[in-house]
Amino acid sequence: MADITMPKTAARISDEAAAAKRARMDLISAVVRYSLLFGVGFLMLYPLIWLVGASFKTNSEIFAGAGFLPESPTVEGYVQGWQTSTPYTFGRFFWNSFLIILPKVIGTAISCTMVAYAFARFEFPLKKILFGSVIAVLLLPNVVTRIPQYILFRDLGWLDSFLPLWVPSALAGDAFFVFMLVQFLRSLPTDMEEAARVDGANSLQTLIFIVVPMLGPALVSVCLFQFMWTMNDFLGPLIYISSVDKYPVSLALKLSIDTTEAFEWNRILAMSVLTITPALVVFFAAQRYFIEGISAGGRKG
Amino acid sequence: MAQVQLKNLEKVYNKTNKVVHGIDLDIKDGEFMVLVGPSGCAKSTTLRMVAGLEDITAGDVIIGGERVNDLSPSKRQIAMVFQNYALYPHMKVRGNLSFGLRIAGRPKAEIAAAVDKVAEILEIEPLLDRLPKQLSGGQAQRVALGRALIKNPGVFLFDEPLSNLDAKLRASMRVRITDLHRQLKAEGSSPTVIYVTHDQTEAMTMGDRICVMQAGHIMQVATPKELYNAPANLFVAGFIGTPEMNLVEGAMEGGEFIMGSQRLALGSDLAGRLSSQPGNAVLGIRPQQFSLVSEGPALQAKLVNAEFMGHEVYMHADCEGRRLVSVVGAAEFEARGQSDVIRLRPDPKTLHVFDKSDGRNVSLHGGSIAA
Repeated sequence: MADITMPKTAARISDEAAAAKRARMDLISAVVRYSLLFGVGFLMLYPLIWLVGASFKTNSEIFAGAGFLPESPTVEGYVQGWQTSTPYTFGRFFWNSFLIILPKVIGTAISCTMVAYAFARFEFPLKKILFGSVIAVLLLPNVVTRIPQYILFRDLGWLDSFLPLWVPSALAGDAFFVFMLVQFLRSLPTDMEEAARVDGANSLQTLIFIVVPMLGPALVSVCLFQFMWTMNDFLGPLIYISSVDKYPVSLALKLSIDTTEAFEWNRILAMSVLTITPALVVFFAAQRYFIEGISAGGRKG
Repeated sequence: MAQVQLKNLEKVYNKTNKVVHGIDLDIKDGEFMVLVGPSGCAKSTTLRMVAGLEDITAGDVIIGGERVNDLSPSKRQIAMVFQNYALYPHMKVRGNLSFGLRIAGRPKAEIAAAVDKVAEILEIEPLLDRLPKQLSGGQAQRVALGRALIKNPGVFLFDEPLSNLDAKLRASMRVRITDLHRQLKAEGSSPTVIYVTHDQTEAMTMGDRICVMQAGHIMQVATPKELYNAPANLFVAGFIGTPEMNLVEGAMEGGEFIMGSQRLALGSDLAGRLSSQPGNAVLGIRPQQFSLVSEGPALQAKLVNAEFMGHEVYMHADCEGRRLVSVVGAAEFEARGQSDVIRLRPDPKTLHVFDKSDGRNVSLHGGSIAA
């Protein structure tokens, strides 16, 4: 027994020493890694943190230093910024943004789903050429179509209305979403749709009752992207909307810079904070749909 | 209540790739027909053409006397069970079962009654409020079966429905499906079944008749018994039966089969049926039809390996450079299989002789072998 125990004890001591050393190294490595990550993360987030902090500062304090903590916090910026220099409050502009976003998101979801379904599941003449042109549109810079589009909408008499913002999306004009849904659909097994056909569902019923529920996660991200992009869209409303009472928040923010003689930076910052809030809230609320992603598709055996 | 006829059915993919080569098949009303063959033999494609999920390139599919080539799947009086169940993932079991009836706009009371009846038959009542992802493989397969059953179709189409289940479950589902078919027949609804599988055990145990396919051609259509005892050609002979039939190349001469230095008398019955002309042939001997003997006419072979299976032993032996597999009882193996050289005597009544050039079984009809 003794001759077995002896070397074992010696081995154990060196083992323990090695384990302790390893644990120490792990700890140091973790501390270094996390401090680096926190440092860089903080650096990247700092402008946003400063924005929120500065929106509670007085106008004179904003340029006094780079710190983000206000010395004497005040909500004056929010109160006065909300009133704006126009006859309308900021609430009106939020409402306008909402009026643009809601039909646009719904239109995008419906039209892109139908177009993607057709491309992913049906054979029809010129399919390859048509899908090729969808991809081509994806690669085309937006700017190229601005002027022809403007002339078209002007001739239709749609200027200074929300129609030029809604209609292209409701006709699956966003090639990116069509492409994204086509790719997602291609990854889904077709068995369920075939079973539905055998069960007597026609193409539209199959789409609504079988495909759309399976597309759920992809559709949520389409809606989310469209929401954020529309919320942040500045150029579209700038070109087509000329009456202040129809301005969305993105234009209204610029408005407060234009019309005020001495810029009230705290009001602008306060309203900027309010403007980014909906997008942030929606993103964090819907985050899990991004994660669920493709795994929510068919059932494996 | 439907007879299914396939008339010169063809399928060509991309204009050049022909996968189904004009097959003709008559399936009787109420018959359990199994399509069996190795993977890629186009059995599933054939089934999908019957279902209407695949376009028909040429030929006709006739169900219950009506040509259905241009009818949608739902108008063909069929129901289908898919290999990976194809349950609608977002619907509960109840919703999965009733989907077809809901689409057809049937009254709610009728749908509820139908769901309850099917759930009772398949013993899935406790699962009705579960989602497909909460089911085990066997349960999901029963729900898929229920979804077909609820439509009360004339023809059931099964596309390898058991291949995703483990061996034990597969055996019990096999019995359940044939029981169900018998039960429906007894109730008078007598549905026709077309069942696709690559598993010959399923084919042999389930089918009234079996259609063996290879590379888009039908090799033989027959009852399981006939398929086993009288395979029409080399392919069927090699495909049906476990372990596989021994197929030994050699020459025929005056009622004897010659392989290397050994001669095997074919027995007067078989020799009489075959023409006496010499020729190249393939001899087919089922492993089960060898007996181990200590003397008398037999094939001498060197024992290479013996697999002990419990009540029997699979013996792998080398005979003139050819591998022979034989199955003998464990007791027989103990008594006579212990030496290096064994003597195997095949039962002459069960021998098959195939024409080497075209694979025909010439021992069945007394044909002659090409010299």
